[in-house]
Formats: sequence, C-alpha cells, structure tokens
Amino acid sequence: MSGAIKPKHQRLVLALLAIAALIGAGLLAAWALRNQASYFYVPSDIAAAPPAPDQAVRLGGMVQAGSLKTLPDGVTVRFMVGDGKANVPVRYSGILPDLFVEGSGVVAEGRLAADGTFVADNLLAKHDENYVPRELKDMTDAQARATVAETGK
Amino acid sequence: MHGFANPTRFLRLARLLTGPLLLVGLSVAGGAMAYGLFAAPAERLQGETVRILFIHVPTAWLGMGGWTAIAVASLAELVWRHPLAGIAARAVAVPGAVFTAICLLTGSIWGRPAWGTWWVWDGRLTSMLVLLFLYLAYIALGSAVEREGASSRILAIFGLVGAVNIPIIHYSVLWWNSLHQAPSITIGKSAMAPEFLWPLLIALAGFSLLFGGVVLARMRMILADAQAEARLRRMAEEA
Repeated sequence: MSGAIKPKHQRLVLALLAIAALIGAGLLAAWALRNQASYFYVPSDIAAAPPAPDQAVRLGGMVQAGSLKTLPDGVTVRFMVGDGKANVPVRYSGILPDLFVEGSGVVAEGRLAADGTFVADNLLAKHDENYVPRELKDMTDAQARATVAETGK
Repeated sequence: MHGFANPTRFLRLARLLTGPLLLVGLSVAGGAMAYGLFAAPAERLQGETVRILFIHVPTAWLGMGGWTAIAVASLAELVWRHPLAGIAARAVAVPGAVFTAICLLTGSIWGRPAWGTWWVWDGRLTSMLVLLFLYLAYIALGSAVEREGASSRILAIFGLVGAVNIPIIHYSVLWWNSLHQAPSITIGKSAMAPEFLWPLLIALAGFSLLFGGVVLARMRMILADAQAEARLRRMAEEA
C-alpha cells in the first residue's frame, strides 16, 4: 500500500459520513412531517385554527374532571376535552370504551359543529404511561393497613 | 474480536452456549410470563389486559434491538470485513422479524379492549409495521444475494440504511401526538409500579437470552451450510 491512509480507515470515514448524511435526512423528514404525522389535534390547535365545519378531524386531550354528563336519552354524553391551555366541548352517542374515564386521555373522531361543539362519531381511549395496581388505587392508607392485617390472620 | 475471525474457535464457544441460553431463556421468560398471568395484580384502568405487557414490551424492545444489532454488524462487515459480522447480521433477521410480529399482534389484541380499536395509523404503530416490512425485505434480499452469489455488501448497506427507522420508532410517541402512550420506563425513571416493573425486567432478561440462543443456533446453521456447500463443490471438482 503506497497511500498514507489505510483502506480500512478510508472505509470507516466513508461509512461514518454516510451514516451522518442518513441521520440528517431522517431528521429533516421527521421535521417536515411534524404536523402531518400527528394522529390528532389538541384543543389549543383547534382554538388557534378551527377546522372547516364538515372536515373530519381527530381531537385528543384529557377528559376534564367533573365535566362528564349523560343526557336524559341515556346514550349521549357531553364532556370537555382539554390540554391545559384550551378546552373543547364534545358530544358523543354510543358505547364508551373501557378506559374512558374523567381525567384520562381520549381521542375523538368527528367534526366541529357551528356552535363550537365537537360532534364525535367514534371515541378511542388513550392510556397514559402510568401503571398502578388496582387494589391499592382506591384504598386510603388506613384501609390498606386493615386489609393487610386481615389477610395476615 | 478478531480472535473469532477463526470460525472453529467461534463454533466451539457457540456450541457450548446455544443450549444453555435457549434453556435458561425459555424458563426465565416463561416463569416471568406465568407470574404475569397468574400472580401480578390487575391494573387500575386496564384491568386484566395489563398482563399482555410481559410479552408485548420485551418483544418490542428485542425487535428494535435486533435491527440495532444488524446495523452494528453491517458496519463491522463494511469497515473491518470481519468474516462473522455478515453471518451474525443475517442470523438476527429471522428472530427479529418474529419478535416484531409478536409485538404487533399482542399490541393489537391489547388495543381492542383498551383503546377500542385493533389498529390505528399513528406514528408508533406505523413505524413498528415498517420495521416488520424492513425485516422481511432484509430476509428476502439475503436469500437473493446468496442464491445469485452477489456481494453481501448490498445487504450490509441495507442493514445500515434501515437503522434510520429505529430512532423514529422510539421518538414517534414524543415528536407526534399518538394514540400509543409515551414510554413508561426511561433511564433512571419508571412510571410503572414495582409490581409490574420487576416481572417485566425479568421477562426482558429471559427473552434476551432466548434471542441470543436463537441467533447462535442460526449462525451455526449458516456456517454449516457454507461448509457443506464448499465440500460439495470440492467433491464435484475432484470427480
């Protein structure tokens, strides 16, 4: 080999350059997709740029505590979906998913009505990253101690 | 590393490790899943469906880890021309594809009761499906390269390029709004109660050993195949 650079090192530099270019391209693509690749809009997006009245959109956020009301017909519910900055009222008729509770995440598919209410055709529950055993959730400390003492007998 | 450039030395170690890795991996993963099925508590919101966690999450991590290993081995093959690197990369592809498929299936089964849908085209689910397709394309390309006697460098380049998808899978739930939840376990922090976290980590260890055992077994198979081929060719030339 007469060259000053060993072929092994030349290949390493080439491979590293190719990887850097690849990561750059990937990041650019992700940046370009940052709006389109989102699965839903959050309430502040809806407040900032309301969708056209009959455009199908998805709205995601937290079901605000204390906002869930069942209407007299028994199948229609109303609740507020918020993201900490804005709230959107939602109306939905149908079967609620198991994980749908106040204070939890939800994704509603539907359209924004003229009066600002989001009319949902379909609800998806969103689970958060917290995993908590069921037994301990509803108990106060005293109840938990009593249960432990009882099972210990 | 170059000590293992000699396949005989590698094969001796691989023969010793394959059985124990498969056996220990299978029993540890099986034990952790049995604990998850029968002894772990129900979750506050998910209820009993939380038990699928102990197979879904380890297979997801190993599916992604598998392609990371393919990328590292492909780099080693392209730069250092290590003779075992390409074989290791090809050996990872099948278990990687199987684990990714198990992850997608179990996730779908969990999604029906938890979310109310089998499938959505959100960032995480879509990028994980892309990973499965990348694995299938890699396997197909690998057998085409072998059949046509083409340079395995094409396969290594594909292995490196496909690695772009791995950070996309990881960050899909952070960059974009998605139906899939954000990671529960990040470095040094867990949003998961210890009742779920510990069996999950043990299941991960078991599945990793199992994965390693399958990779070693497949590497031995690929080496034995090449050896048999070479012997046949020699015999044909002598005849």
